[in-house]
Amino acid sequence: MPIKSYLVFPHVGKKEILIETLGDLNWCEILPSENKELIVLVTDTKNENEEEKCFKIINTIPALDHLTLVSGFEENANNVNK
Amino acid sequence: MNRREFIKRMAAASAITAAVAMFPGIVFAKEQMQNLPDGDILWKKSPCRFCGVGCGLKIGLQEGKAVAVKGDPESSVNKGLCCVKGYHSVMALYAKDRLTKPLVRKNGKLVETSMEEALDLVASKMQGTIDKHGKNAVSMYGSGQWTIPDGYVASKFMKGAIGTNNLEANARLCMASAVTGFLSSFGMDEPMGCYEDIDHADVFVLWGNNMAEMHPVLFSRMLDQRMQRKNVKIIDLATRTTRTSTASDRSILFKPQTDLAIANAICYEIINNGWMDTGFVKNHCTIKKGKTNIGYGLEDKFAFKDEAKGIDFEEFKEFLKDYKPEDIQELTGVSAKDIKYLAYLYGSPNQKVTSFWCMGMNQHTRGTWINNLVYNIHLLVGKISTPGNSPFSLTGQPSACGTVREVGTLTHKLPHGVVMNEKDRKMAAEIWKVPVENIQPKPSLHTVEMFRALDRGDVRFMWIQVTNPMVTMPKLKRYREAAQKDDRFIVVSDVYPTPTTDIADVVLPSAMWIEREGMYGNSERRTQHFDQLVDAPGESMSDTWQIIEVARRMGFEKLFPWTYDNHIEEIWKEYSLFHKGKKHGMVPLEVLKSEPGAQWPYVDGKSTKWRFHGKYDPACSKGDTYDFYGKPEGKAWIWARPYEPAPEEQDQEYPFLLNTGRVVEHWHTGSMTRRIPVLHQAVPNGYVELHPEDAKIMGVRNGEKVKLTSRRGEIELPASINERGKPVRGHVFVPFFDEGLLINELTLDAFCPISKQPDYKKCAIKVGKA
Repeated sequence: MPIKSYLVFPHVGKKEILIETLGDLNWCEILPSENKELIVLVTDTKNENEEEKCFKIINTIPALDHLTLVSGFEENANNVNK
Repeated sequence: MNRREFIKRMAAASAITAAVAMFPGIVFAKEQMQNLPDGDILWKKSPCRFCGVGCGLKIGLQEGKAVAVKGDPESSVNKGLCCVKGYHSVMALYAKDRLTKPLVRKNGKLVETSMEEALDLVASKMQGTIDKHGKNAVSMYGSGQWTIPDGYVASKFMKGAIGTNNLEANARLCMASAVTGFLSSFGMDEPMGCYEDIDHADVFVLWGNNMAEMHPVLFSRMLDQRMQRKNVKIIDLATRTTRTSTASDRSILFKPQTDLAIANAICYEIINNGWMDTGFVKNHCTIKKGKTNIGYGLEDKFAFKDEAKGIDFEEFKEFLKDYKPEDIQELTGVSAKDIKYLAYLYGSPNQKVTSFWCMGMNQHTRGTWINNLVYNIHLLVGKISTPGNSPFSLTGQPSACGTVREVGTLTHKLPHGVVMNEKDRKMAAEIWKVPVENIQPKPSLHTVEMFRALDRGDVRFMWIQVTNPMVTMPKLKRYREAAQKDDRFIVVSDVYPTPTTDIADVVLPSAMWIEREGMYGNSERRTQHFDQLVDAPGESMSDTWQIIEVARRMGFEKLFPWTYDNHIEEIWKEYSLFHKGKKHGMVPLEVLKSEPGAQWPYVDGKSTKWRFHGKYDPACSKGDTYDFYGKPEGKAWIWARPYEPAPEEQDQEYPFLLNTGRVVEHWHTGSMTRRIPVLHQAVPNGYVELHPEDAKIMGVRNGEKVKLTSRRGEIELPASINERGKPVRGHVFVPFFDEGLLINELTLDAFCPISKQPDYKKCAIKVGKA
């Protein structure tokens, strides 16, 4: 049940369209900065497969320059195996 | 607010805090800033367990377990950021097959025993080997993932107590060329600059360094700078196209090994165009040449000693005439125009330049030379030791610098200085309270030679801690068979089963990272402390305490008199005695405990960010100017080092060149990250990257099995075409993280004759459809 947060950087002049695109994705909650070209993104996905799908979609958004992972929480962190 | 909503708000709070740390003055809407929870989780600081960047983390603790991770916004290293490995790092503590009981081999099988019995056996076998074959028949092989206390007690035990220099660490495989590069150019190890250079540099030149995957947080910081300052450029100078190439402003591909020629051509252009800082070179540099045609170390007991001879500037200019950009285009595969562009970037007086490198330059049979040559470039233009002007060798492991290079867990090293120096031996003997005769004055076996000695029978006992050489050694078959020979005894301390525990006679379960107290030292001379935050499972014990227990059983109680409760503090105090003074003063423990690290030399309560310039470094004695005090007269050495070819090149029988390396998701051999489901699923197995044209000619499609064969072995693995990375025609790339697909069966154990670091980036192979 991963929840992660990112700093998201749009291409120059593409912040608004990036906000709009991310806002359309079910898994995403966004907190845009009011004075910088930066958006805080929180993703909330049901499982790792969904998270991978979410990440892939985000990475194909043309307005996205790059994103950086900041933190996260894995509710089932203690149940991992090889 | 339900729990899930609460966690989401906490994640948002972490990101906003990181944003504020990176962009002072950034504003978010007020309603978004309200009610952001601090959490019911207890957050404690620790450096990351994985790479050499040394990100500061906050580890979230709940009910005795580590359950969450966030970047520490107080850390100047990562300013609240975190990469995919760092975020998932705590999950590496809890995989189901964690080693929790010692294992001893009986009738060919590893069976559980008690820690007391296992430690007794290790001590008796080590002593028995010494009695029968002499003290140089025992050895210890550690790691850049050793904590500083682990490495310190290992050095004291092997060099001070037993009296052998058979102590090595896996940093020989990743950082040794950086060390010899620093020593030969500046007389002192480790970078003069720091990560803050990223905030000042206008141009970044990455020499064979896929930072987007290997040092992702630093790469993010560079990208952020490029967004904030429009003049910032990132140049990727590499042998294959990677994620770094695509994010850079310019990607320049060169033929492997010819970085030597490119660096010399840049120097030629700098001088030829009048871009040299003549005053700087005259006042702060001296020019040397060393031996040439120096070999590749392919034979057992290979020996080489370089010899520096002074030359004048005219001779240096004459030497560089062989490297006119137009004359080396065919050799390097780089156009004269691109070489001139690189020279312009370095030479332009108004641009601050930082060069980054890591394995591409260090895992190189002329690794010391290429380190020297990049320093040459910075020295010729006087762009060094000031903010943004930095030749910067990055490390790959969390404490390759702190433990291996600073503590000195290599055969020739002591915590201060080298075994060859009588003064350094006397200092060690005095601090360790051992007779100076105990410390042997000659280095014994570097890593490759140590494993060769195991094969020959010169070494009969080896204790391996925190590393996985049965995946990472080049020409692996020879060394795996060596370890399995009769009358060899192998002890392995680790946290999970690996191919190395498979060949062990005793396996000791280790307490990992935040399951014990320790310190790491990162690439920018930053030492970071972490407390024990969670209990270690079962009978796991820290590597430090394992060594102390064995040393005590062998009669060295007086050298290791500490209690379990105070041993880390006492070790730090004792170790700090080696580095007293302005050139290498270590950080007091109370500072380390309260801050997310500090940088040595730590003088008058302050970290030193830039060394060798009087404005920033209190150890300089020449006023407000440069003082390369590691060398006589305070002058850095510019080296005339030629291009020499790799030992194995493509031919008719083996027409492809193999390059090996890493991926962002996996830490080294994958023994931890492959047990983290999300990372394992992201890259579940090894693969071979092929150029699409080569694949087409062979009739190979993406995912189809391909057979790679070298003179040493063969392997089959799935093809990757136009995916993560793209090699040039005639080259392939294979990551080494997959213990099920051991690419080092194929690699060559040639090494740099000066650093003794193997070259994992170039060997000849043939490729065909499986």
